[in-house]
Amino acid sequence: MEKREYSVTAETGIHARPATLLVQTASKYNSDITLEYKGKSVNLKSIMGVMSLGVGKGADVSITAEGADEAEAIEGIDQTIKNEGMAE
Amino acid sequence: MTSKVSGIAASDGIAQAKAYLLIEPDLTVEKTSVTDTSLEKERLSKAIAESKEQLAKIRAIAAESLGEEEAQVFDAHAMVLSDPDLNDQTHAVIDNEKVNADFAFKQVTDTFIAMFEGMEDNAYMQERAADIRDVRKRVLARLLNVTLPSPATIEEEVIIIAEDLTPSDTAQLNKKYVKAFVTNIGGRTSHSAIMARSLEIPAIVGTKNITELVSEEDYLIVDGLEGEVFINPSEEDISTFDKKAEEFAQLKQEWDRLKDEPSVTKDGKHVELAANIGTPKDLEGVNNNGGEAVGLYRTEFLYMDSSELPSEDDQYNAYKKVLEGMGDRPVVVRTMDIGGDKELPYLELPKEMNPFLGYRAIRVSLDQDDIFRTQLRALLRASVHGTLRIMFPMIATLPEFREAKAILDEEKAKLIEEGTAVSESIEVGIMIEIPAAAVLADQFAKEVDFFSIGTNDLIQYTMAADRMNERVSYLYQPYNPSILRLIKGVIDAAHNEGKWAGMCGEMAGDQIAVPLLVGLGLDEFSMSATSILKTRSLLKKLDSNEMKELSAKALSECSTSEEVVALVNHYVS
Repeated sequence: MEKREYSVTAETGIHARPATLLVQTASKYNSDITLEYKGKSVNLKSIMGVMSLGVGKGADVSITAEGADEAEAIEGIDQTIKNEGMAE
Repeated sequence: MTSKVSGIAASDGIAQAKAYLLIEPDLTVEKTSVTDTSLEKERLSKAIAESKEQLAKIRAIAAESLGEEEAQVFDAHAMVLSDPDLNDQTHAVIDNEKVNADFAFKQVTDTFIAMFEGMEDNAYMQERAADIRDVRKRVLARLLNVTLPSPATIEEEVIIIAEDLTPSDTAQLNKKYVKAFVTNIGGRTSHSAIMARSLEIPAIVGTKNITELVSEEDYLIVDGLEGEVFINPSEEDISTFDKKAEEFAQLKQEWDRLKDEPSVTKDGKHVELAANIGTPKDLEGVNNNGGEAVGLYRTEFLYMDSSELPSEDDQYNAYKKVLEGMGDRPVVVRTMDIGGDKELPYLELPKEMNPFLGYRAIRVSLDQDDIFRTQLRALLRASVHGTLRIMFPMIATLPEFREAKAILDEEKAKLIEEGTAVSESIEVGIMIEIPAAAVLADQFAKEVDFFSIGTNDLIQYTMAADRMNERVSYLYQPYNPSILRLIKGVIDAAHNEGKWAGMCGEMAGDQIAVPLLVGLGLDEFSMSATSILKTRSLLKKLDSNEMKELSAKALSECSTSEEVVALVNHYVS
């Protein structure tokens, strides 16, 4: 299992474009990938799940990947997050 | 048996084809108990897979006809369809409650819709809820085995019959197959009518009940010249209309020959025939129809087609494209006209009792001047790429104009200081659509570079009649002597100060109004691109001195709109 923690810096939080990009990236991998916020966790491959969390700016979230390609998955997602300046 | 239905002629031309009813089918879902839950899950996957296929098709068509950006809304729909949560939860409901897929899918999507609609950040979440609704419709139609009207996938010649056409409907229309459309509601200035003219297909709007009178198998003739629809016409009718269509095609050919000719009256007086556009894509129509200028570039589409405020660079690119596309022909850009019937979800403007009399256009721009400054900077930067004219909408008082102009000058000075090139010859004018400005035009004329009369709003404000309200639509009277007097005052005021006066409402391309406007001395006529050649052809038949006599008579002797029309018909036949 791979896990990383982030603090969201994007003005819009994880909404709209950031949410779409994250889901698109996560969907490329076979591992189970979850996004956790305030004790609730959702499937990062589900756009509706991700948006239902209502993650705003300044939120502390964690992302977990579990499966055969978990290392690549967490790395790929990390890159998307950094490239888009979504979180640190 | 043939029957005839009348409506408002919204776009010229004659067409005949089979009817295509763009009406939402009944998607009511029944709850039934099932024993074979795997069959239900299979039905669901099949419905989802088929919907995905259909969406991909629509997306491809939309990308081709409207551009990549507009097509992206369908990507959001595809993502919802592929959502694993949606799928898993629906499966869970099917398994646990032993119910049919239709019911389970409806229940799960209901939960998501309710959740999104209940969330903060309203505007954005509302859109997502709308996406889910749209996607659900597609899947449920498959499950219920009913056909969802899908204008994008039409593959034979049809005439569209609908209550009204929304922008997303018209976005999907393929001009190759859609020969005309007829709607229950709307007027000459409604979205569907404007769309029909830019697609150059005949249209009739405001028939009140065409959707009840026509059924899927009916054959129709649409006469967009007279505003009449013939349902199941006789052989005889068909041959009459074949002839009429041929005559119209000939007339159109004649107009086409005027494409590169100057716009002059019989006695050689030149006026400028310009086009109204909404996006850079409309330039094609302007060039195909021999437009001499863009008399109105409605920039609000930049704001409305986006989920957030368009950036300075995005705007700059659009303005540059239009200015470059027009070469040395001038382009009048109207600054943001949001409010009224044009809402922007992300600006979160409060709902108003009287939006047309409320917080809109320049009133928003002066109040939220950061948005305004971004637009002005983009315009100023683009100004070096062509002949730019800037126009402020909804100006009621001189101080409003002065404030807007001062902000423009400030931004200009800043840009120059930053080392950015800005054109030195940008004309700055106002739209005349509020009677207060029309009445005080002589004072405005001392400070502005030009006027452009926006007749759609000027008429609605002068008559105190909402142009969206069909019950008072009889008050939309462009030829009423009261309106003509206001117009005369504006044109005279401009000329007294050596300025020019144009018009960018529907009236500028109206074949009854043009003779009067020529007589009143209007300098620039800006209209739907498709009306330009027809108007150029009309101009050639008019003698400017005779038209002066006509308009003087209309203003001094006529007391009603009907009298004015009769007088014009007497002079121009």
